[in-house]
Amino acid sequence: MTSQTPVNSFRNLPDETGHFGQFGGRYVAETLMPLILDLEKEYRKAQQDPAFWSEFDALMKDFVGRPSPLYFAPRMTDHFRAKAPAGKGPKIYFKREELNHTGAHKINNCIGQILLAIRMGKTKIIAETGAGQHGVATATVAARFGLPCKIFMGAKDIERQKPNVFRMKLLGAEVVSCESGSQSLKDSMNDALRYWVANVHDTFYIIGTAAGPHPYPELVRDFQSIIGKETREQMLEKEGRLPDMLVAAVGGGSNAIGLFHPFLDDPDVAMTGIEAAGHGIDTDKHAASLTGGKPGVLHGNKTYLLQDADGQITEAHSISAGLDYPGLGPEHSWLHESGRVNYVPITDAQALEAFQLCCELEGIIPALESSHALAALPQLTAEMDEDKLLVVNVSGRGDKDIFTVAEALGVEL
Amino acid sequence: MTRFETAFAKGPALVCFITGGDGDTAANLDALVEGGADVIELGMPFTDPMADGPAIQEANIRSLDAGTKTADVFRMASEFRARHPQVPLVLMGYANPMIARGADWFAGECAKAGVDGVICVDIPPEEDPELGPALREKSVSLIRLATPTTDAARLPAVLEGSSGFLYYVSVAGVTGMQQAAQGSIEDAVARLKAASKIPVAVGFGVRTPEQASAIAKVADGVVVGSALVDLVKQHGTEAPAHLRALTSALAEAVHAAR
Repeated sequence: MTSQTPVNSFRNLPDETGHFGQFGGRYVAETLMPLILDLEKEYRKAQQDPAFWSEFDALMKDFVGRPSPLYFAPRMTDHFRAKAPAGKGPKIYFKREELNHTGAHKINNCIGQILLAIRMGKTKIIAETGAGQHGVATATVAARFGLPCKIFMGAKDIERQKPNVFRMKLLGAEVVSCESGSQSLKDSMNDALRYWVANVHDTFYIIGTAAGPHPYPELVRDFQSIIGKETREQMLEKEGRLPDMLVAAVGGGSNAIGLFHPFLDDPDVAMTGIEAAGHGIDTDKHAASLTGGKPGVLHGNKTYLLQDADGQITEAHSISAGLDYPGLGPEHSWLHESGRVNYVPITDAQALEAFQLCCELEGIIPALESSHALAALPQLTAEMDEDKLLVVNVSGRGDKDIFTVAEALGVEL
Repeated sequence: MTRFETAFAKGPALVCFITGGDGDTAANLDALVEGGADVIELGMPFTDPMADGPAIQEANIRSLDAGTKTADVFRMASEFRARHPQVPLVLMGYANPMIARGADWFAGECAKAGVDGVICVDIPPEEDPELGPALREKSVSLIRLATPTTDAARLPAVLEGSSGFLYYVSVAGVTGMQQAAQGSIEDAVARLKAASKIPVAVGFGVRTPEQASAIAKVADGVVVGSALVDLVKQHGTEAPAHLRALTSALAEAVHAAR
C-alpha cells in the first residue's frame, strides 16, 4: 500500500461510484448522466494539474482575500468561562470566513467550479440560490470571467432578499424567478436542474453546497477544504497544537465539511455540526434532517431528508434562509452514522441570542447561519476544560440578515 | 407472452400517461383504454418532480393537494388490473417514493397490484442496486430511459437489466416543452433498435396525431403525456370524454402505421 491515507481513514471517500457508505451517488435523469461522468473525468484531471491549483490559489489570495484570519475571541471566551463550572470554558477562536470577498465562504467553491467550467469549454453558468449568498458569489465569478449567468431563485426568496437580488443584477446576472412548489431553495434547485437538462451542451451548473450528484459533494468539499487547511496551520502557529473542538453550521454543509475534512483523521479533534431546529425539533417547523429525517433520494444524492412515510419531501423551516433546506450533503449523513461528527440541533431563538451576543462582545455581526454554530457555545464550553481550544466557523457576515433579525426582535427599521 | 410483448406484437403501440390522483383517475384510465391506448403509464405523484415541465409538475401538486398517498396509487393500479386484465400498466415516478419503505416492499406491491413495469426517472443504471434487483426478483420490468445524450458507449449499460420496452426521451429537456425534429428521432431510433432486443417507444413533446403518426413509422411505440394531463387540468371531472377523443385520434394515427 502506497496510499497516503490509512485504510481506516475517514478521508478516503467517496468510493469509485461516488458513495459515502450508503449515501451520495448519482441519482440523476439519464440526460444528465453523461455530463456528470464528463465532469468527474475533468475534475480528476484538474486534481492532478498543478496549473489548475496555482490559478485557484492565486485567485484565493488576491481576489477572495485569503487566508482568512483565525481570530482569538477574548470576550466570548471570558463570557463563557465566567458562566462555566470552575476550570471549564475553553479558548474560543473564530475562523473568519465572513471576511472573504462577497462576505461568506461560498466564493471558495465558486472559484473552483468556474475554473472547471472553463476547462470543460462550457460558456454559460447557472446556479440555484436561497438567501442569495451563493447567487451573489456565482454572479461575482461569472462577471470576473466574463461568462453569462442565470441564477434560479424562489419567488418568495426574491421578495424576501431584495438587496441580494439587486447585487446579482449589478453583477450582470439574470435572476430567474421560480414559481413552483414552496418557491424557496429546494424549488430553485429543481428549476436549475430542469434548465440544465435542456442546456447541458453549453451550460455548467455551479452547485452551491456539498450536495447533489457525484462528483459535486467531493469537489465542493475539496474547494472548501481550504478553510480547514488554513485553520490547521494557523492554530499550529498560534498554539503549537491542533484544536480540540471544531463547530460549524450545516445547511447543505459546505462550510462545515470544509473546516472538518482536513481534521477527520486526527482522533483528538472533536467536531460538532449544527442543524437548524427552527421552532424546535418537536414541531413541524425545522430543518434538522439528521435529527428529524431519514435517508432518501433527492437532487441527485442519497442522504438524510425531511420526508413523510410515503417519501414525499416535507417543507423545511429556519430563520436562516441558508439553512432552510430539507436535506444535507451526503458526507455529513455518513459522518453522522459513522459517529465521527456529533450533530446538534439549535433553534431560531438560540441562534438569535447568539447573534446578538457576538455583535455585543466581539464587534462582529455574524450571519444567521454562523449564529447557529455560535449558539452551541453555552453547552460546549460548559463541558470543556479551560486549556482546550475551540474553533467556530464564522462562515458569513450578517449584514444580509439585519432585516430578518429586526423583524424577529420586533424592531421597525 | 407478457402483456408488453402482446401489446407491442401488434405493431406500433400508443403509450398514454396520466398522473395518479389527478382528477377521477379510474374514469380517466378507462377513457384512455376505450380510446385505444395500448400501454398505460400511471404517474406516481412526487413533491419534487425535477424532470417534468409545468403541466406534469402541476398535476403532481394537484394530486398531492387532494391527499393522494402511495397506497392510493396501488389501489388505482389493482382496480385497473381487475377491469383491464390485458392492458400493460407501468408506474412512472421518482426514486424517493419508490424506496421510502424499501425497494422490496415497493416491488412486492407492484407485483400484487398487477403492475407490469416501472419507470424511475432518477435512478440511472449506475444506481441500479437501489431498485433494479428488487423489481427483477418480482418479475416487474424495469423500463429505462435513453436520451439524445446517451451515446453508443453508454447504451449497453442502459439496456442491461431493463425489459418491457426502452423509452427514448427524444429531447434533452423536461416533459411537455418542445418537440424533437423528426429527422433526429429517426436517426436515434435506428441506432437504438440496432442495439436493443426490446421495443423502442418515443416520447417527450408529442402532442398531436400528426407527430404520433410520423414517429410510429419508425418506432415501436409513441408516448403521450403532457397533452393528456393538460386535458385533465382543463376539464376536471368532464375529462374522460376529452381524453377518449384525443386518445382515439392518436391511436388511429399510430395504428395506421401497422
